[in-house]
Amino acid sequence: MVSAPSLGEQAYVRGGATQTAVKILVVGHFAVGKTTFIGSISEIEPLSTEETMTRAAEAVDDLKGVQGKTTTTVAMDFGRLTISERVVLYLFGTPGQQRFVQMWEDMARGALGALVLVDPERLADSFAVIDLIEQYGLDYAIAVNHFDGAPPRDERALREALDLLDDTPVVTCDARDEKSSADALTTLVRYLLDRAH
Amino acid sequence: MTGHDGWEPEAAELVRPYVITRGRDLPDEQQLSLITLVTASPEHAQRPTRLSPEEQSLLDICSAGYLSVAELAGHTGLPLGVVRILLASLTEGGYLITRPPVARARLADREILEEVLNGLRAKFG
Repeated sequence: MVSAPSLGEQAYVRGGATQTAVKILVVGHFAVGKTTFIGSISEIEPLSTEETMTRAAEAVDDLKGVQGKTTTTVAMDFGRLTISERVVLYLFGTPGQQRFVQMWEDMARGALGALVLVDPERLADSFAVIDLIEQYGLDYAIAVNHFDGAPPRDERALREALDLLDDTPVVTCDARDEKSSADALTTLVRYLLDRAH
Repeated sequence: MTGHDGWEPEAAELVRPYVITRGRDLPDEQQLSLITLVTASPEHAQRPTRLSPEEQSLLDICSAGYLSVAELAGHTGLPLGVVRILLASLTEGGYLITRPPVARARLADREILEEVLNGLRAKFG
């Protein structure tokens, strides 16, 4: 069905004629909180290019430890943040599955960097997505999404488990909280800036 | 289908993508990246008449301001590849203006990253 939504003024890019669009990826394994993170910081209702996952497709993914989650994004969702009169930032999120390779290429091309959301209780599930990010040559920071009831994790153990470089930033965040998500993003951008010097 | 002639032209999900795009191929990806900003060309205020419903729909949405290619796919519910092809054709026809993101360069990156950092700090403290 072709829908022709009539969009409010706020849906459009403010000062679009002079804006430079940039993007940062928000990546992580299935159900780690990417959509929540993007939603907490985006100025528009997050959009997706694909449908939410159906029950039939759920059987394909590993659902252990994510009881209660009935839908998830299968492809890519994204949000927008107007930074200034010159720069508009897009945040793109997608799971770390190889089967979305075309989408990954689209997302990674020209991206400033990536924020990798990590569930401290399911660290091994983050290996694939970190491999992909490294494969595409993107600089990244780790944001440990603090889930209810999960005990805080020793950063050194986490660095070791994820085999991170010494200068890769690791922050803790609550993806539901705007300020906390913004802090994680700020940590990434500061790191990217250091790397650019 | 229950009707005697159950032809429902609006059921786009039953139409193969290459039908919507009239067999046209994917455009240059640099030209229409996910974050290329698109708007309707002011020279075409007159409503064109020979466009497909999908092209018309995209043009309608573009007429009120700038949106990224990804947002256009999100708002219309059309697959990204289809949206790209339709936008390329509309651009070729002079109906649209596109603003591709600047090519990445180290100096430009640094300036942009500084602006992003300052913007985040100003917005979220």
